[in-house]
Amino acid sequence: MKRVPIIEMVRIGKSFPGVMANEDVSFRVYPGEIHALLGENGAGKSTLMSILAGLYRPDSGYIKVRNNPVKFRSPRNALESGIGMIYQHFRLIQNFTVAENIVLGAQTGTIKLDRKQIEEETRELSERFGLEVNPSAKVNQLSLGEQQRVEILKMLYRGCDILIMDEPTTVLTPQEVSDLFKVLRKMAEQGKAVVLITHKLNEVMEIADYVTVLRKGSVVGDDRIANLDEKTLTSMMVAREVKASKVDRKSQSGDAVLEIKDLQIPADQGHIAVHRANMTIHSGEIVAIAGVAGNGQRELVEAIAGLRTPLAGDILLLGEKINHMDIRERVDMGITMVPEDRMGMGLVPNLNVMDNSILRAYHRNVFSSGPFFNYKKIRSYTNKLVKDYNIYLSDVAHPINYLSGGNLQKLLLGREIDQAPRLLVASYLVRGLDVAAAEAVYKILLEERARGTAILLVLEDLDDIFRMADRVAVMYDGQVKDILDVESTDIDKIGALMLGAEEVGVNNA
Amino acid sequence: MLRLRLVKREQDFLAARVFVPILSILLAFAFGWIFLSLSGFEPGETYRRMFQGAFGSKYAISETIVKAIPLSLAGLAVSLAFRMKLWNIGAEGQIYMGAFAASGVALSVGDASAWLMLPIMLIAGFVAGGLWGAIPGTLRAFWDVNETITSLMLNYVAIFWVDYLVFGPWKDPGSLGFPLTPRFPAGGYLPTLGMSRVHMGLVIAAVIAVVFYILLNYTRWGYEVKVIGESQEAARYAGMSVAKNILLVMLISGGIAGIAGMIEVAGITHRLQQGISPGYGYTAIIVAWLARLNPFAIIVVAFLFGALLVGGFGVQTFGVSFSIVLMLQGAVLFFLLAGEIFMKYRLAFNKEEV
Repeated sequence: MKRVPIIEMVRIGKSFPGVMANEDVSFRVYPGEIHALLGENGAGKSTLMSILAGLYRPDSGYIKVRNNPVKFRSPRNALESGIGMIYQHFRLIQNFTVAENIVLGAQTGTIKLDRKQIEEETRELSERFGLEVNPSAKVNQLSLGEQQRVEILKMLYRGCDILIMDEPTTVLTPQEVSDLFKVLRKMAEQGKAVVLITHKLNEVMEIADYVTVLRKGSVVGDDRIANLDEKTLTSMMVAREVKASKVDRKSQSGDAVLEIKDLQIPADQGHIAVHRANMTIHSGEIVAIAGVAGNGQRELVEAIAGLRTPLAGDILLLGEKINHMDIRERVDMGITMVPEDRMGMGLVPNLNVMDNSILRAYHRNVFSSGPFFNYKKIRSYTNKLVKDYNIYLSDVAHPINYLSGGNLQKLLLGREIDQAPRLLVASYLVRGLDVAAAEAVYKILLEERARGTAILLVLEDLDDIFRMADRVAVMYDGQVKDILDVESTDIDKIGALMLGAEEVGVNNA
Repeated sequence: MLRLRLVKREQDFLAARVFVPILSILLAFAFGWIFLSLSGFEPGETYRRMFQGAFGSKYAISETIVKAIPLSLAGLAVSLAFRMKLWNIGAEGQIYMGAFAASGVALSVGDASAWLMLPIMLIAGFVAGGLWGAIPGTLRAFWDVNETITSLMLNYVAIFWVDYLVFGPWKDPGSLGFPLTPRFPAGGYLPTLGMSRVHMGLVIAAVIAVVFYILLNYTRWGYEVKVIGESQEAARYAGMSVAKNILLVMLISGGIAGIAGMIEVAGITHRLQQGISPGYGYTAIIVAWLARLNPFAIIVVAFLFGALLVGGFGVQTFGVSFSIVLMLQGAVLFFLLAGEIFMKYRLAFNKEEV
């Protein structure tokens, strides 16, 4: 007997102003299947799944659930058909308990909440799928991995048979990722279908049964994982073979640009985030800070940029003490920064591309005629940025909300680099970017390195560290554990330091 | 069956910016229509008389303008704070403080030329209103105290302060017991247009609107206000001083409301008296929103609301309570806020297949 797909999307088309997000996309998922939807940023994965989850309506094409044609007007309609989507940013109420979050919005028919019964049902579901979480805990006490489990439970509680997860592993630790995959496996075994939106090849190879690859809004291939390998998938995704270019290691480092001496930095809650850090970065070198997030990297970066006042110690730029300087003076001295929270700090979402491209330089006379802004100059400067850094957009007067993640990052990085910095500090530059966008970002960085800029990168991916950095500083529990030459170290050594092992050999500091 | 539903827009609907305010005014009048007919008045006739009262004669139009002046100024005042997402609900109190300070100058300086007196009164009004606005501004900037509540509470303080003065130490001995100060000397009178009561305040409001437009759209400071209103984190990263700008904006916002108080005493009453503002500071909030914070639109909308006030006075003689005006104002704001939803959503019929 022929298997019946649980979901069938047929010839879906969807366009946004100026962009064809999906074109003639057909997509099929069977019960008990883990289906990866693979593609670069802006390939149309999220759009396609948002259509399936009832958030958007397709311009053309139709959807069938268990062979019945459906029309979704809202996520609630989709939920009624058993389709639930979990977004990258969780939709949980922080002050509610797990059980309250799970029942919220699910129709119970009664006014009174039967807490006991909800907690019982939650426990039953979590045992069945291996989703460990305490139903009476408040969400704000949970780790991101646990919150994700709550989101999954929420969908299961509503009777979802098809779970769509948008980049679910981005926020997880490696241990949590493997736990998540176990849960997904279990769900599949019990006949549920899982769709994973992702651009991480290794995850696809590890967990998925079947993969559909999107490129520029269209399906470029789909097959069982068993018939594919990483190389084939990569070339499908980007239509060209990406070779992981290794940096030309020819040492070109020059004078010391940034020196940090015995720097002590406070955390948000008053305790100490960084203890007596020492570090020197030379012109033309890339130093990476490795470490599990939350070990003082953010505070260190903010102290260098001037967003956080150190408790003790010195920061020197080209031998000059800059402790007392505010952020703008430091920008003018040539310290630029790409913050980790791109849309929260680095860019202003509702303002247009022009406003965003002068964010850090608006006080300079080049953008003004006398006391007034000269929009002609601002526009031509923005157009230059757009051209120099290959940013794809339709109009510089549109809000940056319309840009994709990769283009936002190119705009942000380009804006910072365009000031010809002496020191560039950048956090999680390629987080959430696809292979091609990450390559583009790396290329820009290497050009900067060649120009003689000192670069400090906070990175999370060890492979990226080995590809990019000349030296690596490992941070653990607020301390700079060791600074190693990338050439003379290996991934295991850095991994051990990141987890708090004692120093493995002192290099220069 | 035909059913209406809301569908999320994938792009902001710009036409709604014009469409929603106009529709909300029409709906408010429709709402008032029901109320009037329920209370036994002829709604069409009442509205006609209101229109007559506001626009029917030269005098009516000049009275409408007289009301539009303080509304414009107070509307401009709150719009500046609103641009930075600072909810200055304290324009009413700032008007009173501006009127108080300007009166203090006029009453104590005595005879002086208008060329000297009026600028000093203007500055005094600006400074007093500005300081009154800077109180919630300081609390917000440095201790993150909610400015909505503090600015609102300070309204009562200001109103009772003026009450105290006009019932007590500043009361005109010859006022036969009315809560009024003595008349200002002639130098404290704002020049008027011909024989009407329309005064210089109109010019002041227009100048401030132009200055606002230029400052907000073409200067670094306007850019800072825009960025801080959208994202304080991004503003800090850009090297802007968020606290300084909060304080500055509240000071200017309060100062302009203070000027509204100054022009009322110098242009209309020529003395300080109880109830110098019949709620201009609150109506200004509606004016600013209806105008979508655009300085020129604020003047136009203030004119319409001035007409509503004057028209409302006009129908009192026919037994219709002035409360009808307050109700219409409230209804406009209500429909306006409700209409915000059309910026993000559109209506669709159920039978529409997508």
